[in-house]
Amino acid sequence: MRTERVREVTSHVVLMLGVLVSLFPFYWMLVMASNTTPDIFAYPPKLLIGSHLWENMGNVLDNIDFFGAMLLTLFASLGVTVLVLFFDSLAAFAFAKYEFPGRNLLFGILLVTFMIPSQLALVPQFVTLAEFGWIGSLKALIIPGAANAFGIFWMRQYAKGAIPDELISAAKVDGAGFFRQYLTVGLPVLRPGLAFLGIFTFINVWNDYLWPLIVMTDPNRLTLQVALQQLNGVYGTDYSMVMAGALMSVIPLIGVFIIGGRHFIADIAAGAMKF
Amino acid sequence: MAVSDAVRPATTVRGSDTDPAKRPNKFRQAFPQYVAVSPFFILFAIFGAFPVFFSIWLSFHSWDGIGQLKWVGLEQYSYLFTDPTFWKSITNTLIIWVLSTVPMLLLALVIANALHNATRFRSFYRIAYFIPNITSVVAVTMVFGSVFSNNFGLLNAFLTSIGLDKIEWLSQPWGIKVAIATIVAWRWTGYNAIIFLAGLQAISSDIYEAAKVDGASPRQQFWQITVPLLRPVILFTAVTSTIGGLQIFTESQVLFGASGSIGGPGDGGLTIVSYLYDNAFGSNQFGYGAAIGWALFILIVLFSIINWRLIGGSDDERLTKRAARRAQRKIAAERAGKEYADAH
Repeated sequence: MRTERVREVTSHVVLMLGVLVSLFPFYWMLVMASNTTPDIFAYPPKLLIGSHLWENMGNVLDNIDFFGAMLLTLFASLGVTVLVLFFDSLAAFAFAKYEFPGRNLLFGILLVTFMIPSQLALVPQFVTLAEFGWIGSLKALIIPGAANAFGIFWMRQYAKGAIPDELISAAKVDGAGFFRQYLTVGLPVLRPGLAFLGIFTFINVWNDYLWPLIVMTDPNRLTLQVALQQLNGVYGTDYSMVMAGALMSVIPLIGVFIIGGRHFIADIAAGAMKF
Repeated sequence: MAVSDAVRPATTVRGSDTDPAKRPNKFRQAFPQYVAVSPFFILFAIFGAFPVFFSIWLSFHSWDGIGQLKWVGLEQYSYLFTDPTFWKSITNTLIIWVLSTVPMLLLALVIANALHNATRFRSFYRIAYFIPNITSVVAVTMVFGSVFSNNFGLLNAFLTSIGLDKIEWLSQPWGIKVAIATIVAWRWTGYNAIIFLAGLQAISSDIYEAAKVDGASPRQQFWQITVPLLRPVILFTAVTSTIGGLQIFTESQVLFGASGSIGGPGDGGLTIVSYLYDNAFGSNQFGYGAAIGWALFILIVLFSIINWRLIGGSDDERLTKRAARRAQRKIAAERAGKEYADAH
């Protein structure tokens, strides 16, 4: 029993050290965002939270259209999330629960598309969107990501186990067509899976940098990440302000994560085990 | 649906000898399912498949994005092979990948073991370890950029306070790589630990009990039970971190993008994707950008196969397969010998 106790204590010591390393950058971000830039540049540097947080945040709002960028990012993230949830779960429902000619071939093609790195298609994707006249518009951020192979694959695995065939047969007997079966049988049962896919998609779109950097060419219509980098580039000397901007961009996401985080983490792990 | 169009003539022919009302066309019957899966395939055709094929075509051309495409054949690729900056971007990416992945996976294994043993505060630990992963790379890089900063960085302040010399992290090629690798490792260690933990929890405790009864030491248990049974999970993390590692871009772009040179001093932080980005969207050489994209794709496939070979294919399985092949050969040889004897 003594060895068990020792093992437990050592584990907690290791884990607490890890937590410190994991969370320290956020503390440091707050320290820099709440002090003045000269204080940060000073030696020895200030290590405690200062009193200039509101002032620095105000400077961010004066220099970039922070709320505009946030709103744009929010629209893009919500738009992609809603479409992905609908298209992916609908396709997953069909793949998981129905036999149809070509099903396995289509699913195989879907799996192969995993292999293609997104950068490969970057240049022609840009050219295509330019042909459509979508460069600089919200459409360019939302439509290309509106359905994805990962979500369909993941939801299909989920649907296979979660939806009993009897429920579908019962709905068929009641005269429900495919889409009615999806709405009445599929969606309610898939809800926990949709919650995971929703948070996952939202976080990814919110944090994406390369794609919005390429397609949002109007400097007055930037997503949060690109606007943040712009702030960093142009006003890099005012470190406190840059860090206040970074802090403001991180807070909403961490909020979303802490609310839905516990299940989310379990599902990420479960997803990895299925591959 | 192309599939149903192609098959319809055959079914109409068959319809002449069987009643079409009795045997409904199974393609037409499956129409709702085709509608359900079509959004992905339509979007993929427009934004995935077409661009991929177009990028092959594009990589054989010289194009600035506005004028005419000029056919140059394999010229982009032959230039790629002799382009020292391209090779530098590959070496940089590989060095950053090794510098980040090796410590990251080892630390993740240690953390996962500790998480497995600790019974209290589990959900607190999990959330604390996962938060770095969901935070945006841009914000994180800005914080680490200040920590590694040459003049007033926290790290240099610490080094000076213990009597060491300052290190110009962000102006030396290796310092830049260490900084980028640190950001990557910091973001992904917790994620990988959670995945290892799921793998650990899937191993039945009966196996360990049995090993203990047989007198196996903790070290033996680790190498003979934990590691072999974790193999599929280790493979998953190795492959995903390889794919992610080869695509590193944002870190170096945020650190140096505003300074005018995308790779930083001495191009120490120039990665494959940042070289692609710089060529295609910085200097409008779309054809060359596409060629770099294909080189990246080949590297990803190559390294995924290497990972697969190193970690995935279990030795036992390979030996069994070899034994089976040998047995088959023997049987075939014997049969051939017999046939020869029968014929004569």
